[in-house]
Amino acid sequence: MDARSLPAHRRPVNTVFQSYALFPHLTVAENIAFGLRMKKVAPLQIAERVNRIMGLVEVSDLAARKPGQLSGGQKQRVALARAMVNEPDVLLLDEPLGALDLKLRRQLQGELHQLQRRVGITFVYVTHDQEEALVMSDRIAVMNAGKIEQLATGEELYERPRTRFVAQFLGACNLLTGVVEQVDGTTLVVKTPVGQMRANLTRATRKPALSEIVTLAIRPEKVRLASADATVTANQVRGVIEDAVYSGAETQYRVRAGDHRLYAIALNSRPGHLGLHAGQEVCCHLDPCALILLEDHS
Amino acid sequence: MKQLLNIAAGLLYLFLYAPIAVVMVYSFNSARFGARWTGFTTNWYGALLDNPAALSAARNTLLLAVLSTSIATVLGTLLGYGLDRFNFPGKRFFSRLLYVPVFIPDIILAVALLLFYSLVRSWLGLFDLGLTTMVIAHVTFQIPFVAIVVRSRLVGLDPALEEAARDLGANGWQTFTHVTLPLILPGIMAGGMLAFTLSLDDFVVSFFTSGPGSTTLPILIYSSVKRGITPDINALSTLIILASIAATIVITMLQRNQRAAT
Amino acid sequence: MNAKPRDAEVQYGAHLTPGGHRLCSAITSGPAVLWLSIFLLIPLVAVGAISFFSRGAYGEIELPLTLESYKRLLGFGQLGFDPLYPVILLRSLALGAGTALLCVLAALPLAFFIARLRPRYKTLALTLVVIPFWTNLLIRTYAWQILFAPESWITRAFHYLGVVNAGEPLYPGVLAVAIGMVCDFLPFMVLPLYASVEKIDWSLAEAAMDLGANRVQVFRHALLPQIAPGLVAGIVLVFLPATGQFVIPDLLGGAKTVMLGNAIQQQFGQSRDWPFGSAIAFVALGLVMLGLTCYARRGAKEGPSLL
Repeated sequence: MDARSLPAHRRPVNTVFQSYALFPHLTVAENIAFGLRMKKVAPLQIAERVNRIMGLVEVSDLAARKPGQLSGGQKQRVALARAMVNEPDVLLLDEPLGALDLKLRRQLQGELHQLQRRVGITFVYVTHDQEEALVMSDRIAVMNAGKIEQLATGEELYERPRTRFVAQFLGACNLLTGVVEQVDGTTLVVKTPVGQMRANLTRATRKPALSEIVTLAIRPEKVRLASADATVTANQVRGVIEDAVYSGAETQYRVRAGDHRLYAIALNSRPGHLGLHAGQEVCCHLDPCALILLEDHS
Repeated sequence: MKQLLNIAAGLLYLFLYAPIAVVMVYSFNSARFGARWTGFTTNWYGALLDNPAALSAARNTLLLAVLSTSIATVLGTLLGYGLDRFNFPGKRFFSRLLYVPVFIPDIILAVALLLFYSLVRSWLGLFDLGLTTMVIAHVTFQIPFVAIVVRSRLVGLDPALEEAARDLGANGWQTFTHVTLPLILPGIMAGGMLAFTLSLDDFVVSFFTSGPGSTTLPILIYSSVKRGITPDINALSTLIILASIAATIVITMLQRNQRAAT
Repeated sequence: MNAKPRDAEVQYGAHLTPGGHRLCSAITSGPAVLWLSIFLLIPLVAVGAISFFSRGAYGEIELPLTLESYKRLLGFGQLGFDPLYPVILLRSLALGAGTALLCVLAALPLAFFIARLRPRYKTLALTLVVIPFWTNLLIRTYAWQILFAPESWITRAFHYLGVVNAGEPLYPGVLAVAIGMVCDFLPFMVLPLYASVEKIDWSLAEAAMDLGANRVQVFRHALLPQIAPGLVAGIVLVFLPATGQFVIPDLLGGAKTVMLGNAIQQQFGQSRDWPFGSAIAFVALGLVMLGLTCYARRGAKEGPSLL
C-alpha cells in the first residue's frame, strides 16, 4: 500500500513530533485520547486503553495536567503515548529527543528502546545524531539529499559502506581514489596516488572494469603502523607522522605520504606498541581485506 | 536624569487621565452649574433613572452595540481565518482596504455612508436613516478590527498542532472544531469585545447615520454638551467610561492568555 | 512551547483540491469582502465621484460635472479669490503637524520610562497608556471644557504665563484644540515609539560615551537612529489622521480654529453643499491614504498593536 495516496488522517501511521505538538487546551489524558476519539472508539474502551498506555510510559499521575505544566521529558512521554495508543502499523518519531539535554537524552534513549521492544510496533526514528542511531536501531537508513544511500544494520554500515557519503558519515574514513590495473575473481589491483593497493573482492557488491576509476575506503583503526625499514610492497605506504594525539584508550595518528594524508588509530593497550611520535618515519600496512570498494568515486 | 524621567512620566500619565478623572469627580459635584465644587452627592446618578431621554438612548446604544457586534464578530472571524489560510483574487488590495476604517478620521466614513444611503434611497427607496443604517455603519468599521485580532491570533498558532491532529486521524472539520477553534476562541472573544467597545463609544458615525428616534448615548451627550455641561451628563459619562475601562481590561487579559498558552 | 515558524512543508489547505480551496475561501472571506465592498468601498468611491457634481438651488446633487468644488478648496471660487478654504486646509495641516510634534516630545519620556521598568510592570504601564484611548473621545474632549473653564487652575496657570486674560476660559482656542488633540493622539505615538525604544542596543550609547560624546551627541548619534523607525511610524499615525479631526475642534475650538473635519460637517449639515463637502472629505481621505502608504512601505505588517 502506498501511503502517499492516502490523505494524512487516514494513514495507519502516527507521528511523534520534534516539538511534541501537544494540544495546549487539553489535559494529558485528553491529549492521549484524541486519536481514539477521532476514530469514534467507545468511551469505555478509550478510558481503558488510555490508562494502560499512561501506565506503560509512566505518566499516570500527570493525567489531569495541561501541557504547559509539564517538563520536556514528560511532554516527550505524553507525545509518545498519544501516538502509540492508536496502535499504528508504524510509529514515526521526528527527532523526538532533540530538544532535551544530554543526560535526559541518554536516559530516554534507553527507555524508548525498551518500550519499542515491549510494544512491538515498528519505530521509524529520524535523527541526525549518529551515535543515537547506532545505539537505538536495528537497521539504519542513511539519507543524503532526500535519498536513501544505504539501508543496513549499524555494523554493516560501518564495515561495508556503499558510498563515500555513508563511509564518511559514520565515523572517520580514509579514501583512496585510483585506476583499476587488474581485476579477477577475488582480487582488485588499483593504482592510487600513495601506491599500489590490492583489495579483496569477496564481499564487494560489484566487479569494476579495467581502467575504471574507483575509490577504496579503509577505516583508520585498520591501518597498521610499523617501522619504516621494511621494503615497500603492495598495500604499504611509507610516510612521516605529522601528528600523534593521545586520547586515553587510543592514539590517533596523522601520516603524511607525499601529497596525501592517511589517518590511523592504534590501541594503546596493544602489545608491541611502538610509542610512535611526530616526525618519525613509518610504514602503513593496509590489509587487502580491510579495503572497501565503494560504488562511487571522487 | 532618572528622576527627571520619572517626574515627566508621572505628569504625562496625569495628563492622559485628567479628562477622565475630571468627569468622574464632577459627577459627584452637587453644584448644578459651573466648575466650582460645592459638595459631594450621588443624586445625579439617580436622576438618570428618571430621565426618559437618557433611558431610551441607553436602550438604543445597547441594542445597536449588541446587534452590530454579533454580525461583525461572525463576519470578522470568518474573514480573519480566510485571510490567514486561503487566497483569492484581489486579496492584497483587500488586505490594505481593511486598514482604512482603522485609520481614517471617522467623519470621512460617516459622510461617505450618509451619501451612500441617500443615493441608494433615491434609487431604491431603502436605507431610511435609523437603527438599521446605524447597525450597518457600525458593522462596517467593526469588521476590520475583529478580523485583525483573529488573524493575529491565528498567525501565532503552531502549525504543528493542526498537523498533529490530522496525524491522529482528524479530518478537516474535526481539526477545526477540536483544535483550531478552541485555541483561537480567546482571540474571537477579544475581537468581539473590541467591536462592542467601539460601537459603545462611537459618536461621529452614529451622528451622521442616525434618524429620529435612534438617538444613542454619545449623541445625547453631544447635544447636551452643546447646550452646557450638566452634572447628570457627567454621571452618564462616568458610567460609560467605566464600561469601556472594564472592557479594555477584559480584552487585555484575554490577549495576555494568548502569550501564556503558546 | 514555541510556535514553529511557518515553513513551506506545512501548507494549510494542502489537503484541499483547488475547487475545495475556492469554496473554503469563498465561505470564509466572501461575506466580509462583499459587505465591505458594498458598505466601505462603494461609499468612499461615491464621495470621490460626487465631489465632481454641482449643487442645485435647494441643495440637491445634480449635473453638470465640474471641478468647481476643488477650485473652491484651493481658493478660486466663483467670486474671485477666497482664502477661506485654503486657510482651513493649511491650518489643518499645521495643527496636525503641531500635534505630531508635541506628541513626539511627550511620547519620548514616556517611552523611555516604560522601557526602563521591570518586565512585570511594563505591560501594566502600556495598558495604562492605552486605556484612555478606548474610552469615549467625546467625553474626554468635553472634559477639557471643564478643565479649561475660567476658574480652573489650569486656566489660571496659563493666565500667569500670559497666554490668556483673566476670567476668560481657555477654550475655544487653538491652544485648547492642540492640547485636546495631543491628549487623544498620544497613545498612537507612544506605542510605536516604545516598540523601537525597547529594542535599543544600549551598548552603542556606552561606546559613544566611552569615545567622549556628551549627552546630546549620544542621543543624536547613538539613540536617535535606532528609534527612527518608531518615530516615523508614530508621526505618520498622528499627523495625517489629526488633520481630519472633527470632535475636538468642534468642542474646543471656534470660528478661528475651523479644520477640515468641521468644514465637512458644515457642508453636510447646514450648508447642504454635498458635492463640496465630498471634495473636502476626499482631500482629507487622500492625505490619510498617503500616510498609510508610507507607513505600509516601512514594513509595518500588522499595524500598531493598540490591543
